[in-house]
This record gives sequence, C-alpha cells and structure tokens, in this order.
Amino acid sequence: MAKKLSLSDIVFDVCNYAFLALIFVITFYPFWNILVVSLNDATDSVRGGLYLWPRIFTLDSYATIFRNTELLVSVKVTVLRTLIGTPISVLAICMMAYSLSKRELIAWRFLTLFFIFTMYFGGGLIPTYMIIKSLGLIDSFWVFIFPGLIGVFLMILVRTYIEGLPAELEESAKIDGANDLEIFAKIILPLCIPVLATIALFIGIGHWNSWYDSYIYTYKPELKTLQAVLVKILNQFQTGTMVSEAQALANSSKRIPVSGESIRMAVTMVATIPIVMVYPFVQRYFVKGIMMGAIKS
Amino acid sequence: MHQLETAVTAPLNKAAPGKAKKKLVRRLSEQKYLLMMLAPAIIWAVLFAYLPIAGVYMAFVDYQPSLDDFWKSLYHADYVGMHWFNYFFRNGDFYIIMRNTIASTMLTLLFSFPAPIIIAIAINEVKNSMFKKTVQTVSYLPHFISWVIAANIIVTVLSSDGIVNSILKWLHLTDESTLFLQKGQYFWWIVAIGNTWKEMGYSSIIYLAAISSVNMELYEAAKVDGAGRLKQILYITLPHLKPTIVVLLILSLGGVLNAGFDQHYLLGNGLNREYSDVLSTYSFRYGLQNSLFSYASAVGLFNSVVAFILVVFVNFASKKLNNQSLF
Repeated sequence: MAKKLSLSDIVFDVCNYAFLALIFVITFYPFWNILVVSLNDATDSVRGGLYLWPRIFTLDSYATIFRNTELLVSVKVTVLRTLIGTPISVLAICMMAYSLSKRELIAWRFLTLFFIFTMYFGGGLIPTYMIIKSLGLIDSFWVFIFPGLIGVFLMILVRTYIEGLPAELEESAKIDGANDLEIFAKIILPLCIPVLATIALFIGIGHWNSWYDSYIYTYKPELKTLQAVLVKILNQFQTGTMVSEAQALANSSKRIPVSGESIRMAVTMVATIPIVMVYPFVQRYFVKGIMMGAIKS
Repeated sequence: MHQLETAVTAPLNKAAPGKAKKKLVRRLSEQKYLLMMLAPAIIWAVLFAYLPIAGVYMAFVDYQPSLDDFWKSLYHADYVGMHWFNYFFRNGDFYIIMRNTIASTMLTLLFSFPAPIIIAIAINEVKNSMFKKTVQTVSYLPHFISWVIAANIIVTVLSSDGIVNSILKWLHLTDESTLFLQKGQYFWWIVAIGNTWKEMGYSSIIYLAAISSVNMELYEAAKVDGAGRLKQILYITLPHLKPTIVVLLILSLGGVLNAGFDQHYLLGNGLNREYSDVLSTYSFRYGLQNSLFSYASAVGLFNSVVAFILVVFVNFASKKLNNQSLF
C-alpha cells in the first residue's frame, strides 16, 4: 500500500486534523481555564490574562471550601445519594425488566404501555411538586431516591439484554424446581452484570449531577447537594449579589486571600473532577449503552 | 410464544365467567413472583408519574394552598374551566414565551444537528488511532457534566475578562468587553452554542456507528476511479448516512417545545428574561416562586399536551418514512 499521496489528500488531511484539533480545544479548554483560575492566587487573578497556566500557584481556594461545613455536607449528601440511590435503582429496574421480558405475564401489553407512556407524558412541574409534598417527601433524603427510581428507557435496555440470553438456562432451572425469584437471583442477575454496569454508570452520573430535586424539594441545609450549592453560588454571581455566599466564604478566611470568583471555580472543579476521573474508564460502557438504545429505536 | 398466549387467553373469552376467574387466579398465583418483582416499578409509576397526571386537574380549578391535604384542597377548589388557559393565551406573555421557546430550540437545532455529523465524518477520516481516541474521549466529556457546571463554565467564558472577550479584543473586533449574558439578544445564541458544545461529541457516536457499516470496497472502488477524499465523503459516506440523518432530524423536530429547563433557568437572569423565559421556566417561576399554582399548572399542561402530540406525530412520520425507504 505504498501509494504516493496526492496533494489534495495532504490538504484534506491537514484541514481535517486542524478541524478536530479545534474541536478538542473547544471542548477541553473551558475546563482547563476553570482549573487554572481555581489554582491561581485570588488577588493575582483579578489582573486577568490567566489563560494557560496559573501564575501564582496555590491551593487556598480548595483549602477554604474543604474547611467549610456547608460544602463538606453537600459533598457528603451527594456521595450518599449516589451510593445509596444507584444500587436501589439498578435492582428495581432489573427486576422490572425481567418481569416484563415475560410475554406471558398478566396484562403484559397494558403494563408495557403503562410504563412507556410515562416517558412521553407527565403532569408537569407544579403537580409533581404537589404530589411530592403530599407524600411527605419534602425535606427528606428519600426524595433523592424514589421519584427517580425507575428509568423506563434504561429498563428497555436491560429487557432487550435479558431477551437475548439463552432460554435453556432458565428452562433447566425451572425443571429443577426453581421459582421465578430464584431464577432471577441465581441466573438472570449474574448474567446481566455487563448491562447492569452500564445502567449503573448512567444512574450514578445522574445522581451526582442532579440539582433540581435538592434545589426545590429540600430546604434544610443538611440536604443540599453539591450541585444545588453550586446553583446558589451561580445565581448569586449572575445577579451580582454584593455579599454572595462565595464572597462571604472568601471573606471568612482572613489569612489566605481567596475571592468569590476563585471559590466558584474551585467548587465547579470539585463537582467536575469525579466525573472526569471515572469517565475515561467507563466510556466504552456509555458507548455500548447508546448503541444498544440506537439499535432498539 | 404466540401459541402459548392464545392458549391462555382463548378460554377466557369463551368459557363461563366462573371458570375464567379461576384461570385468572391460577395465573396470578403462578406469576406471583414476577408480579412481586414488578411491584416497585408499578408503585413508582403510580406515585410519581400517574398521580401528577391526575394532579393536572389543578389547571382547571382555582387552587389555593391550604394546610389541608393536597387532594382535599383540590377537591374543594372552585372549578374555573379553561380560564387559566385563556388567560395565558390572551396576555402578552404567551407570544414572548412561545417565541423564546421555539427560537431557542430551532437555533439549537441549526447548530447541534449538523455538528455531530461533521465531527463523525471527520473522525472517520483520521487514521492515527491515538489522535482519534483522544478527540473522541474529550469531545464526549461535556455530555456527562451537569448543566450546573456547564452554566458555570459558560458564565466564566463569557464574563467581561473571559476568554471570548479576550479573543474578540485580540482580533480587534471590539475594544470593550461585551456582557453577553446581560444583553437579551445574545441569549438564544448562547443557549444554542452551549447545547451544541455539550452534546456534539456524544451525538456523533450514532453517526460513527452508521459510518462503520459502510462497505470498505466502495471506498476502494472510488479510489480506483480517482475520487479524492472529499468526493468519497460526498458520494459514499453522506448518502449512506442519509436515512439516519432524516430519522434523527424528524425526531428532533418533535422536541421543538422542549427547550431544556436547566440551561434556560441557570443562564437566565433578570436582564435577559425577555429572551430567556421559556415555557418550563415561566411555569416554574409562576408556580413555585409566585405561588400562582393553577396558572403555572395550566402553562405546564399546555406544554406537555402539545409536546406529546408533536412526539406522537413525529414518531408516526418517521415510521412511515422508514417503511417507505425499506420497500
């Protein structure tokens, strides 16, 4: 294949690589920029012109936020909801998928439509709020777990996977006298681990990223998630509140110079870094996930 | 499987009701574990999907919050019929909200629809797998961060000493910083570009998958015929992608009323509200901040119903089209 490259091929390649390099920069640089500012000395940052590298490197902003109880609590709540919510959801979805993979199930068609419909139509923001309130979930940790317990789309992924498993395994277990519950626990669940890992990642990232539930369904500071705290900081930044939370926090640390701005950057980074850390390792699962969905639809 | 189904359902229709009942009881007891496993999902759907749907009755009454239970106060509220809908359609907000919603989603579509196609084609043309992988990995990343983080990034990038203003100054396009988020006329563009930035890499996966099914011999044949890379893209890759493009375009048109709540709420502020307020944020503000619960529910219901009709229509259209292209 030692062919001579034509000039137009070379031009094409150069343009193509340049284009993709630009895409790389556009997606990557904003994160880098935030990281740089969060690691730079706050008084120095005011001078502007921080683009590629911190001028005066310091971890003061991070030290400040990790000394702040509100932020520490929010990190704890976020980690807890992710660690508790994800396995509960995964189990509920897997059980549901197994059940609905049986066409002979009573009212199978009705039940399937019953769930699919919820993907396309909802009561809207206000009635949902009222229901959450009437169920006594306001200011309860469980408001992070139950309303988002099931993802119907994820269930369809799992169901498709289960339907593709060899039927013989299940049948032989049935002959041995196992009931559906035993078959599920001993045969289906272990076989589903790859697809469950995929949906667990989706659900876990969803928990980590969710802000809306904490923002409107909880009032107690000890139930605010990291993202909800970040929304508050962002709002105050946007409205230009003179004494913003971040600013107050910055002022409270008298010895070390931090600013509201550098605090905002540091909190943004704390919320981003876990995703950046896990994501390259799990990327192939996501790709698999979206592919399964694409084939299905 | 089909046989089994008819075998089970057929006697139900013909046999005496008593016998059918027995049959049902037997099936229930046979499937008790399956139903047990489905129970959490059913309870979830009833509580968090269907009860709120029943709650849209709020939109047809004059709901006043009280210390009573929600359903009780709903029951006692005065029925007002279509009053809130009429009020929404007739006051000046309707035009502005609909304009913002549709402008924002259409402008988003204009950027975010072609971008992944171009990226997928470009990535496909890259031979160096290291470079390919790096670009792919990084370009998917924004999809996985929350809109809260994305909004923080956008606010930072667009701030008076942010990178965008710096570049504009460096290019001598402007001497003074523009406060993009405080000027309403930029808002739709910001959301459109923000949406595109966040999703373009991830959305390219689906096109990359479609490209990977192109028969390599076609490219070889084209090379022999003297077609350059650009010609190969135009005459082989793009036509191959056409069905995917058409289906995804139609489906995305179904979301024209679903301007995401997150980006509009988080990037919106008092100064750009004239342009940033969309159906979902408007309903949120009137409901949860101004406590006009019934009015806000009516706006939300209007949104859900029209969006639902659009989705159904669009699914129907894409199915029809798919069948046609198959034959």
